[in-house]
Parts: sequence; structure tokens; C-alpha cells
Amino acid sequence: MMTNPTGRITQGQFSFLPDLSDEEIRLQIDYGLSRGYAWSVEYTDDPHPRNTYWEMYGMPMFDLRDAAGVMNELRACRHTFPRHYIRLQAFDATSGIESIAMSFIVNRPAHEPGFMLERSEDVGRTLRYRVRGYAANRPEGERYAP
Amino acid sequence: MNPQAEAGAIKDAKERYRAGVLKYRQMGYWDADYQPADTDVVCLFRITPQDGVDPIEAAAAVAGESSTATWTVVWTDRLTACDRYRAKAYHVEPVPGRPGQFFAWVAYDLVLFEEGSIANMTASLIGNVFSFKPLAACRLEDIRIPVAYVKTFKGPPTGLIVERERLDKFGRPLLGATTKPKLGLSGRNYGRVIYEGLKGGLDFMKDDENINSQPFMHWRDRFLYVMDGVNKAAAATGEVKGSYLNVTGATMEDIYERAEFAKELGSVIVMIDLIVGWSAIQSLSNWARRNDMILHMHRAGHGTYTRQRNHGVSFRVIAKWLRLAGVDHLHAGTAVGKLEGDPMTVQGYYNVCRDAYTKRDLPRGLFFDQDWADLKKVMPVASGGIHAGQMHQLVELFGDDVVLQFGGGTIGHPAGIQAGAVANRVALEAMIKARNEGRDLQHEGPALLQQAARFCTPLKQALDTWKDVTFDYTSTDTSDYAVTPAVA
Repeated sequence: MMTNPTGRITQGQFSFLPDLSDEEIRLQIDYGLSRGYAWSVEYTDDPHPRNTYWEMYGMPMFDLRDAAGVMNELRACRHTFPRHYIRLQAFDATSGIESIAMSFIVNRPAHEPGFMLERSEDVGRTLRYRVRGYAANRPEGERYAP
Repeated sequence: MNPQAEAGAIKDAKERYRAGVLKYRQMGYWDADYQPADTDVVCLFRITPQDGVDPIEAAAAVAGESSTATWTVVWTDRLTACDRYRAKAYHVEPVPGRPGQFFAWVAYDLVLFEEGSIANMTASLIGNVFSFKPLAACRLEDIRIPVAYVKTFKGPPTGLIVERERLDKFGRPLLGATTKPKLGLSGRNYGRVIYEGLKGGLDFMKDDENINSQPFMHWRDRFLYVMDGVNKAAAATGEVKGSYLNVTGATMEDIYERAEFAKELGSVIVMIDLIVGWSAIQSLSNWARRNDMILHMHRAGHGTYTRQRNHGVSFRVIAKWLRLAGVDHLHAGTAVGKLEGDPMTVQGYYNVCRDAYTKRDLPRGLFFDQDWADLKKVMPVASGGIHAGQMHQLVELFGDDVVLQFGGGTIGHPAGIQAGAVANRVALEAMIKARNEGRDLQHEGPALLQQAARFCTPLKQALDTWKDVTFDYTSTDTSDYAVTPAVA
């Protein structure tokens, strides 16, 4: 159990709120679609804060204008990876932005063991730090027990 | 026809260069027919001529004293293509509702400026002219920098888009807090505040502007303890965390030494104070670009010349110069907090930081269109006397691309620093979620915050503690403009 006030990984837009219901997720998807964003579903069992590239569950849905389609993809991803972290990301292709505009976690393992901070002493009083997931020792796909 | 036109430039060269003293407008610094070129720098000054000084002559004097003129005729002008080097005042009008004050538009040819140097631009535009005796007061209100000149600046080393990608934080304002008390904490105690704030849910902690290397805390001590707090909090939350390490020092060598140590310790961000000066800012910006570092700018000292609307330099001009000089974060006001700032005027500063193309917008104090020529965007920072109970207003006023900094509003929480951070993060996420769901924050905000407080005791405590705190004073710096009826 992580000791931060939420007891879990706090990445994304809404980690400090109670888990969003499917209806609440749909409202967020609608907001993104109304602003012309393209949604995508990504999953991982390596939620290290510097792990930029979660696995893509299919391509970003550039031409999809209906929240139901995104929810279908999310449901399928949850079915395939029930114990992985899954996030929804909205991409804004507007000139000068061309980056992610929204990102929030919509699925988590039941138990989130969090990260170890390893320190090694260096010259002077300098410390070198390494953040390592407690679950990361096990192979991909087996990191979060049922 | 302008009645003053006949008192304009003397065309006959022999007359013009006869030794003696002429009026500035006779010397060629006033041209009512001048059409600014796309490549001109255009400045809008607010001038208050001394009693008896004609406003057009005063405007011409501003143009003269900020370009080639001196008080008397000099024959050496004739060794140059002098007309090109003369700035030209071309329009003067009374400031609406401010008797004795005038807006004066002045255009400068591109040849007058060194490429990529704010020091040079400011030495011309605000060098001597603000002390000029015939003016009781003078203020640089706004500036239009031509694309050709913009392109000679490198701008923000990171920019707000890439900053978000590096930090992996999207779709909401970032949250920060300035460590308090500002002065007196030892390095060890200071790091405690950093750790608690970040673990509680903030993205950034921050050194204050006057934390450098005083007897109570040597800078290296601070950096070491702060980075322990930052890394511990990153592991405890699984999020990228940062703390602005203030590298301001007495000399450029000190500044570089501190910045290098911050880099060596793995900090994602360093901070500098505005008072170090333009050349130091541009130097550190280059360093930040070379070292993948976000550069936070604290606008310490700006109030000495930005606040009074009759004299000085408007902050919108300072913000434009800082975007060109190259900073990633810039304190740009809160509108609702303890420091000066009318909401519309403050939004104008935010636009200058974040726009790809800034449109003329008189209520927000923006007198010119400004094409930023794809220069990276600056993340504005709202800091100073704000708290969780104002979250709906802050989100409404400033949108997503801003760092909201709650110093006292985090550290002063009755249940401790972590609780203070939780209150702010929950309030923020609840407001973003509600806004995206189509709720009207302006009207429903307070109720939505109370609703979120039902599942979050720290937020409830914060709302109860600070519910009556507002800073409702009249702003000294609001925009003066007249609504011009649309042409039918």
C-alpha cells in the first residue's frame, strides 16, 4: 500500500477523486470530442513515473466522433488487461499544441505496491537516486497478482 | 489635416542643420503621415507632458531621445542616412478619462536594434527617455515586435507544451507552493516542507525570490535536502515532481555554479529572479536549453516600475521581453490574490505568455496584434495569497495552462502541509472534472467545492479556514480605453 494520501499512484487528471464511473468517463470523452481531440487507450504494468510509452491499445481514434466507440475500446482493453493500469488520452493536433490535452487513469490493479527509492552515496554529500517499482521485478504481464 | 503638421520636419537641409536648437518635431521625429512598416518596432507610450509642453512636441521628444536625438542640432547627422535612424512619433491622442495624459505611438526602424538582445532593445526604448525633463511622467504601455525581430530570439528553452510532456501532466493547471517561512529555515527543515507538499499532491515546490545563500542556509545544503524531498515524493506518488531551485547569485559565475549543481542532482527545473538583469537571464536561458532544464522566472522587483500607470513599463511589455529572452515560467498575477492585478489586465499578460498570435484587445490592455512566429509559449504562474476556496475562479480566469501556487494556502493548513496539498489538488481536480462535464463554475463553483469536501476532510478544513479571505482592493493598473462605437 502506498503511503501518499490517496494510497495509490497519483498520475493523471483525476487520481485524487473517487474513481470515475463509466458515465462520468463518457462525459470527459464528450468534452474532448467537442474540442476536436482524438482519444486513445493505453495500458501498462510498468507505471514508473518516467515510463512515457505505455502500450497502445489500438491506434488513436482520430476519426471517431462518438463517445460510445471510445467506451467500447476501453471495455475491451479492461477485459483483456483487467489488472493493468489503463489510461485514456486525448490528443490535440492544433498547430502550436500538437500534444496530449487530457490524460487520466481509468483502470488500476487492486493492489498498488508503489515504488522503492534507492539511494547511493556519491562524492561530497551528493546522493544518487533511483525509483524502482516493487512490482517491476516480475516479468511483463505478471506484475500484479489476481 | 492635423493642425500641427505645418510645424513638422524642416525639409530644407541648410535650415535643418544650422547650428542651434530646434523643436524635436522640426528635426524629423514627428510624422503624422508615417505608416509603420511590418518590420518596425512600434511602441505605445503614455506621456504626461510638463505644463505648457505641447503633446506632439513631447511625443516627438520621446521618439528623438529613444533614438538618435540630442538636445541640439549636430552636423554629424549628415554623415548618416539619418532619417532612417530617427524614430518617428506618428500619432498622439488623449488618454480617455486621464486629463493631461496622452498616448503616443512611436515607430522604430529594424536597423536600430541588435539581433537577439533584450539589453540592446531596452537600452534604446527605455534608456534615457524616462528621465527627460519636459515629461512629468512616461510609461511604455505596449510594444509590437516585428516577426523579423522575434525570429532572432530563441525564446523559452522548454516551452509549456514540452514541459507538460516531460512532466507527464496534462489537462489541468499545475500545482505549486512556495516554501514558507521565506527566510530562516535550515536546509534540513526546508526539505521537510518540500517533501510534505509534493507527497500531498503538489507538482512543484518553490524557493522564494530572496532565498539565495544566507547564513541560516547555504545554497548547497538547500539543494541537497530539497532533492531528497523531491525524489522521496516521486517514489511515494509515482509522479514526476520538481522544486524550483533558485540559482540567483551575486555573479554570473555563482549563477552557473548553482545551476550546474542543480543539474547534477537531477532537478528538472531551476529558478532565477528578474533583478539579475536581461543579459544574465538570456545567458541562463541558453544554459537551460543546453541542459534540458525548465527555467522559472520570479518577477522580483517588477512592481517598482510596472504598478503605477502614469510612469514606468507595463508588465505586458516585460512579459513580451521575457518570452523573447527565454523563460519557461513567469509570475503573471492572480487577479484574486494578495498582489496587484485587475482581472482583465492580468488576462492580457497571460495571453502574451501563451498565445501563438496575440490579438489587439483594449479591455485587456493589448494595443497591438503580435505575431509570435512560433516562439515557444511561457507557462504563467499565479502566486500570492490564493487558496482552495478560489479554485473555481482561478480555473475560470486562467484555464489549464498555468501553475497555481498556494504557499500559505498549503503550508498554513490547520492539519499540516500534506493536508494542505491534498485540499488544493482535490479542489483542482474537482473543478476540472466539473468544467469538462459542462458545469458553470462561476455560479456553481462554491457548491461544487463543498460537494468535493464531503469526501475530503482536508478540503473541508481549508474551505472553513479561509472562507472569508479576499483581497478586494482597487487596482492601480487598469486599462484606460474608450469603447469606440462600431462603424455602421
